[in-house]
Amino acid sequence: MSETIIFYLLSGLAIGASALVIGQRNPMYSVMLLIASFGALAALYIQLDAPFVAVAQIIIYAGAIMVLFLFVVMLLNAPQEDAAEWDQLHPLRQRGVARFGAILAALLVVQLAWALFEIAEYEAPVGGQADAAAVSSVRELGRVLFERHAFAFEATSILILVAMVGAVVLARKEGPLS
Amino acid sequence: MDLRFAVQLGIIGFIFFMLINASAILVLAERKVMGFMQQRYGPYLVGPWGLLQPLADIVKLLMKEELRPRGADKWLFTLAPILSVTAAFAAFATVPVGAETTFFGLLDEPVKLGAADVNVGVLVVFAITSMGVYGIVLAGWSSNSKYSLMGGLRASAQMISYELAYATSLAAVILLAGSLSIREVVDAQAGFWYQIVPRWYVFLQPIGFIIYVIAGVAETNRAPFDFPEAEQELVAGYNTEYSSVRFALFPQAEYINMATMSAVATDLYLGGWHGIPLLDEYGLSWVTFLLKVGLLLFTYIWVRWTVPRYRYDQLMSFGWKWLFPASVINLLVTAAVVLYFNV
Repeated sequence: MSETIIFYLLSGLAIGASALVIGQRNPMYSVMLLIASFGALAALYIQLDAPFVAVAQIIIYAGAIMVLFLFVVMLLNAPQEDAAEWDQLHPLRQRGVARFGAILAALLVVQLAWALFEIAEYEAPVGGQADAAAVSSVRELGRVLFERHAFAFEATSILILVAMVGAVVLARKEGPLS
Repeated sequence: MDLRFAVQLGIIGFIFFMLINASAILVLAERKVMGFMQQRYGPYLVGPWGLLQPLADIVKLLMKEELRPRGADKWLFTLAPILSVTAAFAAFATVPVGAETTFFGLLDEPVKLGAADVNVGVLVVFAITSMGVYGIVLAGWSSNSKYSLMGGLRASAQMISYELAYATSLAAVILLAGSLSIREVVDAQAGFWYQIVPRWYVFLQPIGFIIYVIAGVAETNRAPFDFPEAEQELVAGYNTEYSSVRFALFPQAEYINMATMSAVATDLYLGGWHGIPLLDEYGLSWVTFLLKVGLLLFTYIWVRWTVPRYRYDQLMSFGWKWLFPASVINLLVTAAVVLYFNV
């Protein structure tokens, strides 16, 4: 019983924080709320007996990626997203774009609902006969990642490498290297 | 409520209490050691040998007025020190401090000395330590002051850079022990080679240990890497605008982080509570642990008052061009050796 209560509390926190991320006008607050949302998700993973996934979530998202977000927001000293003139004239503010976005959002909600109903029909958890013990075992997780999903894993790492090289090329100043 | 649960709660409470005290003891130790190194007395007026000096400091800070700059962000300015100190306390949650004990036969079943025993303990420590940077960054940003902002920016850049080397050097130890649980890593270091040399990982991982200690100093923003609060350039860095209790929380977080760094180094490299068989027999394994942690903490303070501060660009190039590649090579060599001999 208490598990159910904790589950709904944490999910409520995650959803509420995520909703506020969009609602905030101050980018700094958005970043902090996103971290709170990640924290709630990590707590949910712990409740599902997957401490490794929870810790990985915190290390990668809350500990590394969001620090970079914060860093960028601070470096750019992003202003409050108030109704400044440049903001009103922003191409994304046009009517057509907004409508397109609304349609996409509605589609996403429908898709999510459909996926949830589909999943309810499956008995076995994703990943074959993985039970709670296997999910929490780092060894098993590594085996699945490097044996069954080896190609996807390597392809993802190459993708990230390409993005990294691209970022360096974009950031590098023009002209001969000093 | 059964006895086991009550005892566990007691242990958690005691560790929390000791961590609070650790910051007070470290403040005094730092000033005493500094005084000794600079050939003066250090604090000596309040209480015998100045022992009550930390108490006087705390009372003074409590009495001070809490100031908040007008341009500061109200919520984040308050949140920042709380985040800092919470992360510092929480990071100690999975650090074991002693072997299983029955408290000299008082309990029927032995209990584990430590707040919590998680099978991914090393990662938990790492995850929560990496959250500590938010307190400093937010303090720097929300103060609405150029010195604070520069301090916060430096802190985030520095911590991101050194976390890599820090985590990679930890990974080599995890490879050797074959477990992510700190308690299992410690127990893998029990016993002696040839009856003399303790089986500590520091002897198998000397480079990893040095990298860990250097990265640890940088992670806790201690001299010679204390750029977020470099006095000559940034007044006091990220905590320039803070006063009273809110200010006190930052140094407290720093000292608790130091204690955590030293405790983790003791557990992962220096054999934790193993090493003095005589104390083990009497169920006093935690004394061994405390001795090692104290030695490492003294080294921290020693380094602070001996090594001058680097330049900021030197710190960055050292972290990325030397420390990180060294830790990666260390990890690869360790992995190759483990693969060749064990599997």
